[in-house]
Amino acid sequence: MAAHRWQNGLVRWIDARFPMFTAAHHQLYEYPMPVNLNYWWNFGSIAGVILLVMTFSGIFLAMQYQPNVNDAFDSVERIMRDVNYGWLMRYVHQTGSSLFFACVYIHIFRGFYYGSYKSPREITWLTGCLIFFVMMATAFMGYVLVWGQMSFWAATVITNLFTAVPGIGESITTWLWGGYAVDNPTLNRFFALHYLLPFVIFAIVGAHLIALHTTRSNNPLGVDMKGPQDAIPFHPYYTVKDLVGLSAFAFVFAVLVFFYPDVLSEPDNFIPADPLVTPEHIVPEWYFLPYYAILRAVPDIGPIPAKLAGVIAMFGATLVWFLVPWLDTSKVRSARFRPVYRVFFWVLVVNCLVLGWCGKQLPEGIFLTISRVATAYYFFHFIVLLPLLGFIERPRPLPYSISKPVLEPVTPARPGFATALSGGVTP
Amino acid sequence: MRTIHRALSALAMAAVASSLTLPETRADEGGRPELPSPLWSFSGILGRYDQAALRRGFLVYMDTCSGCHSLRHVAYRDLSALGVGFAPENIKTLAAQFKIEDGPDEEGKMFRRPARPSDRIVSRFANKEAAQHANKGMYPPDLSLITKARHDGTDYLYAFLIGYGDAPAGVELTPGMYFNRYAPGQQTGMEAVLEDDLVEFDDGTPATVDQMARDVTEFLSWAADPHREVRHSIGSRVVIFLFLLTLMLIALKREIWAHLHEKKPEPPATAPADPAS
Repeated sequence: MAAHRWQNGLVRWIDARFPMFTAAHHQLYEYPMPVNLNYWWNFGSIAGVILLVMTFSGIFLAMQYQPNVNDAFDSVERIMRDVNYGWLMRYVHQTGSSLFFACVYIHIFRGFYYGSYKSPREITWLTGCLIFFVMMATAFMGYVLVWGQMSFWAATVITNLFTAVPGIGESITTWLWGGYAVDNPTLNRFFALHYLLPFVIFAIVGAHLIALHTTRSNNPLGVDMKGPQDAIPFHPYYTVKDLVGLSAFAFVFAVLVFFYPDVLSEPDNFIPADPLVTPEHIVPEWYFLPYYAILRAVPDIGPIPAKLAGVIAMFGATLVWFLVPWLDTSKVRSARFRPVYRVFFWVLVVNCLVLGWCGKQLPEGIFLTISRVATAYYFFHFIVLLPLLGFIERPRPLPYSISKPVLEPVTPARPGFATALSGGVTP
Repeated sequence: MRTIHRALSALAMAAVASSLTLPETRADEGGRPELPSPLWSFSGILGRYDQAALRRGFLVYMDTCSGCHSLRHVAYRDLSALGVGFAPENIKTLAAQFKIEDGPDEEGKMFRRPARPSDRIVSRFANKEAAQHANKGMYPPDLSLITKARHDGTDYLYAFLIGYGDAPAGVELTPGMYFNRYAPGQQTGMEAVLEDDLVEFDDGTPATVDQMARDVTEFLSWAADPHREVRHSIGSRVVIFLFLLTLMLIALKREIWAHLHEKKPEPPATAPADPAS
């Protein structure tokens, strides 16, 4: 970090004792960003902003919410009706959770497409997977706090999964509940944890960023920055590009919050929780549907009962992501230069959408069959295809550096990309 | 390799194709006729609640529905949204007609007092158990959120209220249940309550079953979503602002990035020029 001499005396005084200005200067002007990041790279910063939005709206909601089985549902309605702009805070928080997942899914699949998990960015990837894991726990507990029918029964179904653990399953579940059923102690601890976990996420996001800034960003070509011609400072180039994405995203967010706030909600969750009445059809929020499909798809496997096998498969579906840097044997990062992987990437995307759609249906007949095929394919992709493709695929020749194809478009298949970035060149 | 690729694409295609065809067969299985979908005054972004309809709907609720169903999330003061005739004094008088339990007083006794505008609309039954007991063991659901608690709640509620009739041949009713075309399984525990001229509207609107069903549906839609109009009006401004902001930022981004290609920036990896020198 080059020492920077500040002109203002106060700035100099502070910086000599607490180098915040030097640090900001380093991150904004000296830290090299690849010149060619596309808009898919916006979703990391957007996810960071939603985390802040969720934290602030959540703190205001927590000031009005009552974590007690008798009051929880009514206190949410009180927020919606009587608290000044309570409806706004609640809808921002509720819609925010959906959009948080949407952004993070895009961010993760961007990583899959451009091989962002490969050496030297394995720890950035691992911390990211960890964030996703904690996020799922946070979202699940937050959904339970509403204490509607779907909240209650989702809590019952998910906590019951732990009974599948051989031997100690029942004890674990009783311990999680703080009793013999989902009840007040469960709601209390879910509230406490729902407030705690976002701060755990902040900590892991810090680690994610430290790792990222050590190895620096990947880019759509997946080749390393070879020199100053490949790099630009973060400010003003990516500050303004991130702002474009953020503003467009905020537009979508506002449309949902103000005009379609309940479009993703289950009607059953507007009925207060009733342990004596089971809803006809228990479904999770959309962002958990693929996992729900996997959970219900798995049959008995040898000595492992279907329930345990389903639980293992469901957790395995995310845990397998932690291994992706080592499962993928190809040295080429970007799918642009991997003609076969690129096709399988899109097959995986479709497969996940199919799983999500199956998660919404009853697990019987054709839906069960499709869920099973899609679940098998999901694991086939990660455990068999990823290692195999590295050996049998012949990648296309890589450009020497980022600026090479930018300045000399050698691939006529992507003229739009080349001209867009070489700006001054007129045809 | 190519064969695997082909096989998998075929698989994916099959999955997608079935996703397109299957939901239709499911809808048929349900057997529920398609819901009538009247044009509601409040539907769409520019829609407004029709205050006259809300007032008529409130009358229907008070005269009919409230015999069994509570509306426990709505306070008397919220009724000011109904407009003419719901000034603060009127609401105070209206609320005072109902008694609620309060206390304990200085002697430690519970007492009954007239309801105040800030109290929730008083239910006929003291609690859920009492309501259930008085209704053959079936709890008449609270109506505050009823239009959100069903799929296509507004249309469904209206359809449900006009869906009564004689059971067609072949429909087997469980004892104590009533035929309703739109109810799940085509039967419901609620008797047909609405009949022509059951109530009398101040504004001279004929109180047909259809009119009462429409008005009480509009009223209960308001009860479930009382801030809808203000939400839409703030939302329109926010969305227009963000749209313009996005356009402006796109222009700014293009401007800034255009300079990038005019001259290469200072190599960021090296130390920047010292402004003090």
